[in-house]
Amino acid sequence: MEVGQLQRQFVEHTASMFHEGFLDGQFSQLQQLQDESNPDFVVEVVSLFFQDSERLLNELTRALDQKCVDFKKVDAHVHQLKGSSSSIGAQRVKNSCFNFRNFCEEQNTEACFRCLQLVKQEYLLVKNKLETLFRLEQQILAAGGSIPMME
Amino acid sequence: MTIDRSFVEPNDQFPLGMRVLAVDDDPICLKLLETLLRKCQYHVTTTSQAIMALKLLRENKNNFDLVISDVHMPDMDGFKLLELVGLEMDLPVIMLSAYGDTKLVMKGISHGACDYLLKPVRIEELKNIWQHVVRRKKTDSKEQNNSDKPCHETEGGQAVTVTGDSDQNGKLNRKKRDQKEDENEDQSTQKRTRVVWTVDLHRKFVAAVNQLGIDKAVPKRILDMMNVEKLTRENVASHLQKYRLYLKRISVVASHQANMIAASGGADSPYLQMGFLNGLGNVPSMVGSAQFQNTDVRSLSSSGMLDRLNTPAGLGMRGLSSSGMVQLGHADNLINPINNQNKFHEVILPGNQNGNIQGMPTPFEFDQLQHKNGVDHIGDLSSANNDSMVFPISSGLSDGNMNGNSSRNSFLGAPHNPVMLQGQPQGIKRDELCGNQSFVTVASSNREYSSRLADFRGCIDSWPAVQASEIQSNSFTSNDCFKQDTRSYLMDRKSSIAMDTGNKSNNNSSIAVVPAGFPVLRTDLQSQAAPRQQSNAEQNMNDTQKQGWDENKQNPSHGPNLMCSFLNSMIPPHGVPDPFSQRLDLENTICHRNANGNNMIGQRNLVDSSTVQHNEVEQSAIGTTAKPKQGNLINQRKPQDGYSFDDVGSLEDLVTAMMKQEEDKSNMREGGWVYI
Repeated sequence: MEVGQLQRQFVEHTASMFHEGFLDGQFSQLQQLQDESNPDFVVEVVSLFFQDSERLLNELTRALDQKCVDFKKVDAHVHQLKGSSSSIGAQRVKNSCFNFRNFCEEQNTEACFRCLQLVKQEYLLVKNKLETLFRLEQQILAAGGSIPMME
Repeated sequence: MTIDRSFVEPNDQFPLGMRVLAVDDDPICLKLLETLLRKCQYHVTTTSQAIMALKLLRENKNNFDLVISDVHMPDMDGFKLLELVGLEMDLPVIMLSAYGDTKLVMKGISHGACDYLLKPVRIEELKNIWQHVVRRKKTDSKEQNNSDKPCHETEGGQAVTVTGDSDQNGKLNRKKRDQKEDENEDQSTQKRTRVVWTVDLHRKFVAAVNQLGIDKAVPKRILDMMNVEKLTRENVASHLQKYRLYLKRISVVASHQANMIAASGGADSPYLQMGFLNGLGNVPSMVGSAQFQNTDVRSLSSSGMLDRLNTPAGLGMRGLSSSGMVQLGHADNLINPINNQNKFHEVILPGNQNGNIQGMPTPFEFDQLQHKNGVDHIGDLSSANNDSMVFPISSGLSDGNMNGNSSRNSFLGAPHNPVMLQGQPQGIKRDELCGNQSFVTVASSNREYSSRLADFRGCIDSWPAVQASEIQSNSFTSNDCFKQDTRSYLMDRKSSIAMDTGNKSNNNSSIAVVPAGFPVLRTDLQSQAAPRQQSNAEQNMNDTQKQGWDENKQNPSHGPNLMCSFLNSMIPPHGVPDPFSQRLDLENTICHRNANGNNMIGQRNLVDSSTVQHNEVEQSAIGTTAKPKQGNLINQRKPQDGYSFDDVGSLEDLVTAMMKQEEDKSNMREGGWVYI
């Protein structure tokens, strides 16, 4: 695929992610932070996010599976997930954590479980999209092009 | 963790090159923060562990200008770290969190945070954080000018001063601080000329106190004895308060463990009291006598301590968590950072709940509490890497008197070495101590302590021989007193204290420093405690609750704080090296604070809880110097019964109560110790 085409795809993809709320302004900030001294910043941070989120989601699943759910722990995990998702701009993931916290306080296992499913879903979606984005990026660079800057 | 070692000296192009330490367990946030800070051209050092952060800071606090810390961290509560940093290093700390509840923000402020940022953090906000460094430096230098004596730890003292000024109004701490700063600037030597308690000065102070006898040490007489120019009675009074808190703290630590055990039963005050007593009991043994106290204290209170003492305000600020028991909490945390049994928080905070806290829990109860707490604490101490304070206390307490207490003692001694704190169980045979029955052991070793507790004898009068003998009544007394303080203290410190380990109840109780001599079952304690100080305790408790001790409702740990402080002071680590003293200082200060005004510290910070705390303090007003001046909100209830453990829930209460008994009259007269 030629560079121009890749770049267009990249732009569209990114735009749609923002448009659909998968990403928010925070992600743009991340992109802006990337520069010559920090060329892979976004990829690094997002990879970290993937790793950490998966760990948290596993922990959450395990915690909610217990007979006697430790809601404090669940809340702590959700808190962290919320923090990290908001830090990279994964808006929908962050939003799905909102109610989660309330249900934790209410100690409503069933509702928490549902929330968890929702969070997982959002997470997978955004992960998918971001991976596509990075792939496109790599392709562009490999083809000798430059990454178009988003407004 | 990444460390930027490129900075060596303060940057001239400030704020560029400002050295920031970032702490956050979330790797994504941490990385982002680091990058953002670098973009602002600051020097950044990051770590995902609070413990590591403390270590770095302790290594050389001059390496950093500012600390940014997350609130929710697995190894240590962000607020606790905040307090510790503020107390030990007096660096500006900015809190960071994904949650921006008003309550949390308030908590951050009351713990002394310079700012509270929400995640995701934006670069615009970070661009301005340097203002906090400038502000603090300015304040410090102002304080410095005010002081006639060499500043031991200028920054610390100064920062504290500033906070101290605003302590009066926990709520408006920040505001006041800013205002005061302005004032200070204009009038260097105005109303509150900051006195820097240098080692020498403190030595004189301690000598005077010992000479007079802890019971009879009233500010006026101490002042006369010290014969130091430019020292006012108020200065001495406030210092005395802190000192007493410190002493309590020490004892509380010891008893804390016992309390923990006891507390697990859920007894609020009883445990605390017990804890106290225990703590006291231990302390005495360690301390042995006034002399001991003297030397120990002195050793303990090396400059570090002085510093802390000096900055009650600072302590207060920090200590004053919402519950006003900050101090306690602090102590507690130290003691049981990790121990589940640590239920200080719980004990202390809830103090109100049981009403057991009232006054002095029965000896039995105390005993249990203390043992438990003490034991637990010890265990925690060892694990509490970052709680230096804890160590000191425990070690002091167990000075070998107790089987398991040896660890305690080591704690005290440990304070000097952070290592100890860091969870070196070496001396802390937590298992032994914690053993549920451990307190008994402890009790036995508290025999010596009892002598020390002589002061508190009065307090314990009401407690018959339940106690095991060793600690005897003395311990109880102290426990009682402490209990209250502890409780309040603990309450304040709830968040910060390691008690978070979940042993809320324990925390409280442990602090109570239950005299080792009381191998009382927790249940006993509770029941017994309940009837004791009914009115006062109840009120206190209620008040305390209001303070937001909700978390620890269960434990009536009143005076853990007091005890702690007491303990700290009482159990000067034998041969404790300086570092220890520093830690102790911290604790002491905290404790002292509590003891003094029953949470003077807590009170300051506490917006509303302070009052409650005060009440307790008053009650217990052991005369530990509830310095009214300090703006202790503590109600000045002169506890008639000597124990107003009502909801002191803080060490202060407990200690005060105990002390009160002892020195009721003298204290009252003095006026400086009214636990208001």
